[in-house]
Amino acid sequence: MSTAQLEIQLVAAVVAVACSLPGVFLILRRMAMMSDAISHAILFGIVLAFFVVEDITSPFLVVGAALTGVLTVSLVEALHRTRLVKADAAIGLVFPVLFSIGVILIARYAGNVHLDIDAVLLGELAFAPFNRFVVAGYDLGPISFYVMGGILLLNILFIALFYKELKLASFDAGLAAAIGFSPTLIHYALMTQVSLTAVGAFDAVGSILVVALMVAPPAAAYLLTDRLSRMLLISAGVGIASAIGGYWTANLFDVNIAGSMASMAGLIFLLVYLTAPGRGLIAVARRNLHQRWEFAQRMLAVHLLHHQGLPEAQQECHVHSVHEHLNWEQEFARRVARLAEKEGLIYQERGLLLLTGKGRDLAEEAMLY
Amino acid sequence: MLDILHNIIFDYTLRNVALGAGVLGIISGTLGSYAVLRRQSLLGDTISHAALPGIALAFLITGSKSTAILLLGAALAGWVATLIMLNIIRTTRIKEDTSLGLVLSVFFGFGLVLLTYIQKLPTATQAGLEKFLFGQAATLLAEDVTLMAILGLIALFLTALFWKEFKLLSFDADFGVTLNFPMQAVNLVLTTLLVIAIVIGLQTVGVVLMSAMVVAPAAAARQWTNRLGIMVLLSALFGAGAGIGGAVISSLVPKLPTGPTIVLCISGLVLLSIFLAPARGLLWNWARQYRNRRNFRAEAVLLDLYALAQQHQNRLHGHSAAVLKTMNLNRAAVNKCLEILQERGLAVSPVSGIWGLTEAGLRKAEQLAKTHGGKP
Repeated sequence: MSTAQLEIQLVAAVVAVACSLPGVFLILRRMAMMSDAISHAILFGIVLAFFVVEDITSPFLVVGAALTGVLTVSLVEALHRTRLVKADAAIGLVFPVLFSIGVILIARYAGNVHLDIDAVLLGELAFAPFNRFVVAGYDLGPISFYVMGGILLLNILFIALFYKELKLASFDAGLAAAIGFSPTLIHYALMTQVSLTAVGAFDAVGSILVVALMVAPPAAAYLLTDRLSRMLLISAGVGIASAIGGYWTANLFDVNIAGSMASMAGLIFLLVYLTAPGRGLIAVARRNLHQRWEFAQRMLAVHLLHHQGLPEAQQECHVHSVHEHLNWEQEFARRVARLAEKEGLIYQERGLLLLTGKGRDLAEEAMLY
Repeated sequence: MLDILHNIIFDYTLRNVALGAGVLGIISGTLGSYAVLRRQSLLGDTISHAALPGIALAFLITGSKSTAILLLGAALAGWVATLIMLNIIRTTRIKEDTSLGLVLSVFFGFGLVLLTYIQKLPTATQAGLEKFLFGQAATLLAEDVTLMAILGLIALFLTALFWKEFKLLSFDADFGVTLNFPMQAVNLVLTTLLVIAIVIGLQTVGVVLMSAMVVAPAAAARQWTNRLGIMVLLSALFGAGAGIGGAVISSLVPKLPTGPTIVLCISGLVLLSIFLAPARGLLWNWARQYRNRRNFRAEAVLLDLYALAQQHQNRLHGHSAAVLKTMNLNRAAVNKCLEILQERGLAVSPVSGIWGLTEAGLRKAEQLAKTHGGKP
């Protein structure tokens, strides 16, 4: 592994973690698509700021463009407040306008400078090691590492300082307002954070794939835990895994690294979606199956309790005819009886199904509900 | 003006671009209406981004760059993406916004991977698939426009055929279920049509801006009417107008990309509609508010006059405006209100600074006092 490779992975991992942390709050607050809107709209800010500072790595550009992100959020809300359009349509109306203006500005005025839409939208992580941070002749590493590292630190600081407020405002905005935290203030602080992160990340992974890193890792974490602190940690972990895995896949096939990271994040989500304990598709299917058999055993127990010891028991409770009375397939009934016998709920006596003490308890308990 | 008309008819490129953009506007305007009404505005964004890997895969599998095949791939990918998105919502606690963003970005990322992979294939010359990213209307060929028109006509025909069902789905799907309509199937048809509408536009405006073509015409049309039929019609009209207008403008001004210009045109229409549309528009709303506030203030002063009048044998006795001012929270407005009342013949000022009720004013005040809960 060469130094350049190591550096790319380092930058990728830092970007992924920096994106996934605010992403957690975005998806909890049901505003994931805001990241999409912001990441598109900042093109406008990047172009404007670029005209002023003429340097794509300038910190001023990052701040200037981040303000566009906040502008996007306020425009969306202003539009929504007119009550003439719904919230989703408001998002869908605002960001294409800003994006279009950005594209037109680039096409008309930036033809002779180094700024093209591909770079802004798609990013090229492979170039990260070429822009060096050099202080007094010492090469300290790629600049994007420091930009994103700074943003990551800011994100961590923001979440650590306002953890309680963010948590409250995300899960119960009404209560937060009632005890004196301003949900609006927290909302805008978070949106500033998201914008800053999106701007910082755009020249590494491109502005659209910022969305992947903001949404996919938290979405996977959301299926794995019920605790906010763990969700943050898992998101960061999934982010790093997507970054490293994505890098090596891209390396293998010689393709776009950012796209590969997004695909990897999607793959990890898919894996979690299928296998998450308790919530994954497989776990749910198994639980449903299990419940089906358990329910059937309960039904059998209740049925037996009803007819046990009565004259009709010969018919109702006989192993050969019980399925008719429960309206089951014979094979199904036989399997249920076998399972129930194994569980110690029933026993057989001359073909007659009889409840054990445990089975009687179960049936009586089932009758209570 | 005549020049433009002449160019539209005789300039091959401009004619294709204008026609293509117009067709696209009609289709996306029509189907966008349902998306906006069903609060699925952002679904368009997801479908258009998700179409990218479909285009790349179609090229990889068939090796053909024919628009029809690429668009088929795009449609399939957009459709699969929608199904995955809906399934994630249905089977987990993940909410709609997260599911949309997830599918959008992961599909798009995978599309990029495929695009860069194609670029580096030894067999492929510059594949020219990038035009779908940002749209390159100038590359529209006559047969592309024909294809768009045919697909569009099919979509419009199906919309007309399932008019009642789509309406039911948009406004009260549960009611549809009780009427024994297969709402799931109707939903699937409508979603498929939306996918077609989006795919049609990819070459002209690109995946990033296509969502605006779905949302904006419908959002503009919604302001002008409360009837679905008129809304769909207006939306198609706005879409077509913005499409053709944007195409023409971008052909007149050098270095003005078509897709973004069309989007700015349609967004301008949205802004106009939001401010000017009768009944719903912001300007009308503000005017109404202003009128209401003025009325309300004048009525308050009228009631004050009435209260003073009740202290007198002669109900029409005059009172000093200064007294009225002490009774009102907004002192500065009292004189203005009195003038309004005078204009309406409800109050008179026999001497300057002295005001009394007229007969009509007395009746009006009595009526008001009754409806306002009997303030004396």
